[in-house]
Amino acid sequence: MNCTPLDHLLTWSGRILVALILGFVLLPFVVVLIASFNHSSILTFPPQDWSLRWYAHAFEYDDFADGVKNSLIIAAFGSTLALVAGTGFAYVLNRYEFRGKATLHAVLMSSLVIPNFTIGLGLLILAASVSIPRSMGLLVFLHITIVLPFVVRSVYVSLQNFERQLEAAAESLGAAPRRVLFTITLPLLLPGLAAGWLFAAILSFNEFTASLFLVNQRTQTLPVAMYNYVREYADPTLAAVSVIYVVAVAAMLILAHIFFRLEKVLNVD
Amino acid sequence: MLIDPKLQQPAEAVPGQPPARPAVKIDGVSKSFDGTLALEPTWLKIRKGEFLTLLGPSGCGKTTLLNLVAGFLEPDKGELFIDDALVTQVPVHKREIGIVFQNYALFPHMNVLKNVEYGLRTRGVPAAEARDRAMETLRLVKLDQFADRRPKQLSGGQQQRVALARALVIRPKVLLLDEPFSALDRNLRAAMQIELKEIQHSLGVTTIFVTHDQGEALSMSDRIAVMSKGRVRQIGSPEEIYASPADRFVGTFVGDANLLTGTVTTSESGTLTLDLAGTALTLPQSAAPEAAAGETVELFARPEACQLVAPGTPGAVPATVSFAVYQGAHVELHLACPAAAEGPIMLRVPVANVPKVGAAVAVALPEAPVIFTGEAQ
Ligand SMILES: Nc1ncnc2c1ncn2[C@@H]1O[C@H](COP(=O)(O)OP(=O)(O)OP(=O)(O)O)[C@@H](O)[C@H]1O
Ligand SMILES: [Mg+2]
Repeated sequence: MNCTPLDHLLTWSGRILVALILGFVLLPFVVVLIASFNHSSILTFPPQDWSLRWYAHAFEYDDFADGVKNSLIIAAFGSTLALVAGTGFAYVLNRYEFRGKATLHAVLMSSLVIPNFTIGLGLLILAASVSIPRSMGLLVFLHITIVLPFVVRSVYVSLQNFERQLEAAAESLGAAPRRVLFTITLPLLLPGLAAGWLFAAILSFNEFTASLFLVNQRTQTLPVAMYNYVREYADPTLAAVSVIYVVAVAAMLILAHIFFRLEKVLNVD
Repeated sequence: MLIDPKLQQPAEAVPGQPPARPAVKIDGVSKSFDGTLALEPTWLKIRKGEFLTLLGPSGCGKTTLLNLVAGFLEPDKGELFIDDALVTQVPVHKREIGIVFQNYALFPHMNVLKNVEYGLRTRGVPAAEARDRAMETLRLVKLDQFADRRPKQLSGGQQQRVALARALVIRPKVLLLDEPFSALDRNLRAAMQIELKEIQHSLGVTTIFVTHDQGEALSMSDRIAVMSKGRVRQIGSPEEIYASPADRFVGTFVGDANLLTGTVTTSESGTLTLDLAGTALTLPQSAAPEAAAGETVELFARPEACQLVAPGTPGAVPATVSFAVYQGAHVELHLACPAAAEGPIMLRVPVANVPKVGAAVAVALPEAPVIFTGEAQ
C-alpha cells in the first residue's frame, strides 16, 4: 500500500481525535478513580497517600447496602414490567393500524420530553392526594414510567427489522399463531428484548432526580443514599462507591455481550 | 434418483382428460386492494400432480392469486377448494400447503435439520420420526451432509433447496412457489429448474409455480396460465400457449412474435382473403371464422414459421433487410415491412445465406397463421 503524506496526516489526526474523545469521556472517571484511593479523609486532588480504606468503608456503611438492595429490586421489577408492557405497546404500534396510533406513540414518547423531576413531583402530589404511602411499589411504578419509552423504542426497532415472511413460512408449515410467536418471533426478537431490558435496568439503577421525591428512609435507592451521604461527609467514600458501580455495570454489559454473541454462534434453539 | 415410496403420492394427472376431482379449485375468486382490482374473478382447476405455472409481467396479480390459495389473503368474492374441501375460511396453518418463498425465508436461528423438521414438529410427529423424515427429504435435495449448518452458511442454491425440502417434508396437498429462482444466477437457475421438475414429478405433488420468465414457464409446466392486469388471459399446455396464443398479449409475451396488420377482403365459402398492405393472402376461413369483410385484423406468426423467399413470390409479403444480428448458430434478420403491425419482422436464417442489408426480400407466412380479431388484438 502506498502512503502519501496526506494519508499519514489523516491516520494520525484520526488517532488523536479518538484519543481526545476517549480522554474527554473518561476524564471524570479517571479523576474519581484516583481520588478513591486517597488515604486522606478530605477529597483532595491529587492524593498524597494511598489506601483502600474507603472501599472497606463503602461496604460497611449500611445505607449503601440497603440502597443497593432497593435499587436492584426496583430495577429488576421496574425494567421487567416495563419490558412486558413496552413489548406489548411496540408490537401494537408496529403491527396494527388504528385510530389514535399517532397519539399513543406521542404519549409513550412524552416522558422523553417531561423532565424526571416533574414526573417525580407529579407522582408525589398524586400519591399524597389519594394517600398512597411512599412504598417500594410506588417507586417501581415511577421507574416503569421513566424507562418505558426507551424499552418501546428498542423493541420497536427490533420489530421493524424483523423479517415478517418468517412468520408466514412458519404459519404455512402448520404452526398456529401462538406457536409462531414462541418458536419464531420471540426467539428472534430476544437479543433486542434483552438489550431493551438491560438498558432499562441501567437507566433505572442510575435514576436519581425523580426517586428523590418518593423515597423514604426505608426505600432509599443507592443514588439517593449517595446524595444523602455527600451532604454529611466529604470523604472519598463516594469515589470508591462510584468505582465499584462503574466496574459492576461494565462487567454486566460485557457479560451480556458475550452471552448474546455466543448465543448466535452456538446451536442453541 | 432414489425416492422413498412413502414420500410418493399417486400422480393422477391424465393428460387431455378433464379431471373428476381437481386438487385445487379456484371458483370465481377476486381480490382488490383499496378499491383497485388486483385479481379479477378467476376460475381455475388444477389437477392432482399437475405442475401449473402462473406466468405474467410484474404486477399482474400472480402473487395475489398464490397468496389467496395459501390463505395469506382472503378473497373478496368466490370460493377456494383444496382436495374437494372448502378452504376459503380455513387459516393458513390448517391448509396443509407447502410454500417456497422467493427469498427462502429460512429460520435463521435454527440449523438446516431443524428448519426441515419444523413442519413435522408442529404436526406433532415424534422427534425421532421427524428427524428421520427430515433427513430423508434432505437426501432428496442432496443436502443431507449440511444438516447441522445454519442457513447463513449455505449458498443461495443450497438455501433454496432447504426451503424446498422444508415445504415438501410435510407432504403438502399443494406446493406453492413464488419466483423461487429469481435470486439465482443463470446456470444455477437452469440446474434448479431441472431438479425441481424431477422432484415434483417423482413425488407427484400438485404444484403452482409463479414466474415472469416465459422460458422457465415453457420448460417446466404441464400447463401455463398466462396473466395480465389481474386476469388469466389463457390457460393451456406450453405447446398450446406457444403455438396458438389466444390474443396478442399472450402471443407477444411468450416467445418471439411477428405481427402484421391486414384488412379482410372476403370471408365466404370456406375462404378468407386478406389484404396485407397490398399483398393478397388466401387462408382457410377457419383461421378467423367470425371476421367480416372490411374488418382490420392482426396476423400472428412465429419467426420459425416464416420463410425468406425471393421477392415477387405469390402470397409472400415484400420486405427490406434493415439489419442482421449474428448469433452463432444462425443469423437474426430484422426486416422493415409495410404490413408489420409493430416494429420490424424478425426471422432466423442459416449463416450461409444472409442477404445484404437493404436487399429487397419477401417473407412467406405460415399456411395456417393465428389471426387476432376484435378484442384479441
Ligand atoms: N398488500 C397490498 N396492498 C395494496 N396493493 C397490493 C398489495 N399486494 C399487491 N397489490 C397490488 O396488486 C397488484 C398485483 O400485485 P401482485 O403482487 O400480485 O403482482 P405480481 O404479479 O406478483 O408481480 P411481481 O411479478 O412483481 O411479483 C399490483 O398492482 C400491486 O400493486
Ligand atoms: Mg409477485
